[in-house]
Amino acid sequence: MPDPAAPEKMSLVIVGHVDHGKSTLIGRLLADTGSLPQGKLEQVQQDCRRNAKPFEYAFLLDALKDEQSQGITIDTARTFFKSAVREYIIIDAPGHVEFLKNMVSGAARAEAALLLIDAQEGIRENSKRHGYLLSMLGIRQVAVCVNKMDLVGYRREVFEEIQRAYRAFLKQIDLAPAAFLPLAAREGENLIAPSAKMPWFKGPSVLQMLDTFPKAPPIDRKPFRLPVQGVYKFTEQEDARRIVAGRVESGTLAVGDTVVFLPSAKRTQVLTIEAFNAESPRSVSAGYSTGVTLAEQLYVNRGDLLCKVGEPLPRVSTLLRVKLFWMGRRPLVLQRPYTLKLGTAQATVRVKAIERVIDATTLEVVTKSEVGRHDVAQCVLQTAAAIAFDPAGELEGTGRFVLVDEYDIAGGGIVLEGIEDGQGDVRRQVLEREQRWDASVVPAEERAARYGHQAAFVLLTGKVGMAKQAVAKTLEPMLFHLGAKTYFLGMGNLLRGLNADIEQHRLERQEQVRRMGEVAHLFVDAGLLVIATGSNVTDAELAVLREAVARDRVFVVNIGPSGFTQAVVDLQLELEAGPEAAAARILQLLVDRQILPAPTGP
Amino acid sequence: MTHLEKIEQQSVYIFREAYSHFKHLAMLWSIGKDSTVLLWLARKAFFGHVPFPLVHIDTSFKIPEMIAYRDRLARDWRLNMVYGRNAQALADQRTFPAGKLTRLECCKALKTDALVHTLEGTWPRFRMDHATGQYVQETNPEPYTGIIVGVRADEEGSRSKERYFSPRDRESAWNVGDQPPELWNQFKTDFAPGTHIRVHPLLDWTELDIWEYIEREHIPVVPLYFDQGQGERYRSLGCYPCTFPVKSTAKTVTEIIAELKTGKFKDIAERSGRAQDTEDGSGLETLRRGGYM
Repeated sequence: MPDPAAPEKMSLVIVGHVDHGKSTLIGRLLADTGSLPQGKLEQVQQDCRRNAKPFEYAFLLDALKDEQSQGITIDTARTFFKSAVREYIIIDAPGHVEFLKNMVSGAARAEAALLLIDAQEGIRENSKRHGYLLSMLGIRQVAVCVNKMDLVGYRREVFEEIQRAYRAFLKQIDLAPAAFLPLAAREGENLIAPSAKMPWFKGPSVLQMLDTFPKAPPIDRKPFRLPVQGVYKFTEQEDARRIVAGRVESGTLAVGDTVVFLPSAKRTQVLTIEAFNAESPRSVSAGYSTGVTLAEQLYVNRGDLLCKVGEPLPRVSTLLRVKLFWMGRRPLVLQRPYTLKLGTAQATVRVKAIERVIDATTLEVVTKSEVGRHDVAQCVLQTAAAIAFDPAGELEGTGRFVLVDEYDIAGGGIVLEGIEDGQGDVRRQVLEREQRWDASVVPAEERAARYGHQAAFVLLTGKVGMAKQAVAKTLEPMLFHLGAKTYFLGMGNLLRGLNADIEQHRLERQEQVRRMGEVAHLFVDAGLLVIATGSNVTDAELAVLREAVARDRVFVVNIGPSGFTQAVVDLQLELEAGPEAAAARILQLLVDRQILPAPTGP
Repeated sequence: MTHLEKIEQQSVYIFREAYSHFKHLAMLWSIGKDSTVLLWLARKAFFGHVPFPLVHIDTSFKIPEMIAYRDRLARDWRLNMVYGRNAQALADQRTFPAGKLTRLECCKALKTDALVHTLEGTWPRFRMDHATGQYVQETNPEPYTGIIVGVRADEEGSRSKERYFSPRDRESAWNVGDQPPELWNQFKTDFAPGTHIRVHPLLDWTELDIWEYIEREHIPVVPLYFDQGQGERYRSLGCYPCTFPVKSTAKTVTEIIAELKTGKFKDIAERSGRAQDTEDGSGLETLRRGGYM
């Protein structure tokens, strides 16, 4: 319900090389649009006289002491000014290369950008770097201002030469600016109104240009995406609702819609859309932080992506081709693990390949084995577990990510495409299965409450001769005597039964594994604790099992030397321990992971 | 989507991110209009609930209506209400009103020091027992690692430099020049042991936004914000020895909004009634670098 009386607001970032006049432009904009507090201008002028230094408009912004002492703007201050059309929130982005992460933080929030180039100094390193980053950050409305025209005698050739050279640069990075504008910010020429000193320029003033920038159209009509922020249950407050909460990144969702969570592929219907101090809406669209209750009690986790059945679905993979920029103190390297944050999903990730590093200054492609600070690179990332995402070209909200190095956000980027990781077929089959799954009327939570434990699939792996069967056959009665609903699923039983139609040679092993996963999935759906063994299980086979059963229901216990190269096992045991000790350790694992309740009493 | 809806939805998003990432999360509630809007937004985010403690630093010099209002809302909304104070300074009368400290020193002792130690759990915390309505001392207080604070970027210079998620080191110090990048709603949620994160869901709100939202949502605020017939009201609330009202005849939320829209206060800082801000020329920034809100 738009309020016609409320002024429209647009956030604007002003970027450019250090000393190309950003703070002066902002100071002058504030002063000339009458947006300064009364007496502020006079007070700063007075301060300057007292300290015997010439007044500069930039001083108006220097709210912080150390900024003034360093003579540079160090962070993204937010200031406001008004035109006849709307209010602008200026995000002042620092030009100094050391503060690139501040510039990025500011620019990422902006709807429009002014990029300043000093007419006298011309195109500098950060003129290009900032242009590149604006393009990566997805800022489409950019006006390039050739500033300090007073220092070059307001000469048309200077303006046109910079325009020609910079336009050629921008073309290489697919950025088409809305306009090139000559400007003398300090003198106020072509700032608010066209300048008499530059009669050769027929275009608008800077403020007139800004006022023509349209607000971004709503993204309600794109496919629906809601990254799950959390699943809330406030039972202690006598609230029985189980609410899946998150913000709609794109599209629209209505009560009764059939939805699917990815990557788990679980499907259900929207029962209600919840709200506080307002009526429950019938539908909700992009931009709103909302919460829904579901027809079925699915296992949903933070990081799952809620989508609508019938609309184009996101990609699901462990391999992503991306374009990223690096701000970390130490370089991005192949060996180190990082945390990928995309929407609300979080995954451990490694750089599988650095395909090319682009020097953001020269735009030259250089061959490097690592990505240095302020470099831009095209890489392939491999996540430990599959995640759902969209190419940024199709949907921005679910196509952008950051990389965390230890404790710090050190890189940001966009997904170019998902790469087939070998699990695409089983994922598609599972998606198909889940879309048509005839779910039990008994909710999984009630089943778990009755049985006294969660359902899980415990897989014992290791080389031949590691006594896996002995451990499994000790574990099963141990669990049974504790009252658990448990079953040992013998691989051999499948070979001669369900799999009797498959030829017993190596090539068919993948199909056998898939079927084992499907059988385990049925037992897990029935609420059981399923135990199975597998010799020489590979990373790919384990990935198939995880996809088929459910990622968060599979627990891998490896005995002896591991045959995995990437997969992380939940428990590593040695042969010497003996079956009883091994089974006890597995029991403890299931307690730690909250599959089994903690033992009570002495 | 209106402007008010836009900032509301962003605040709710930030609340939920904080709740997902911090096991030991708390929210500072100063009883003022901003942190009361913040409290309301928490109830929006969690569908009527506030799933973390609210911490109030009681200097003992708060205007009495503020404490009465605090305890009333805590009871009505069944809030997990906690307060802490600098008991030693109060016992020794090391305060500005007792004439032993300057205003800034007093703020540091009664607010910053009390805040830092209460958050760490190294000084006693008192929690409201809803069965009796009385406060009882908390046993084994855990340090809070995520602290939600209602600062707004437009309040004054140093607050305009804040991030939504802003790390503080062991000494609660804030490194203004070296803050983490924040983009695409991805925030700094990983931190080294011993440090904590301040979370700022109200960063994008202005004073006018706050009042328009109070009006839209019918949020109860302390009556001190309204003219009670003396032709003055408080625009910003604090301790009574250092807080002064402004000339105004606004008696309702609607009248305050109208008054703000006239531009009457355009040239007067919102915190101009807070005497500690002006004591050394940059009082609030000095305080904030040391851990003040």
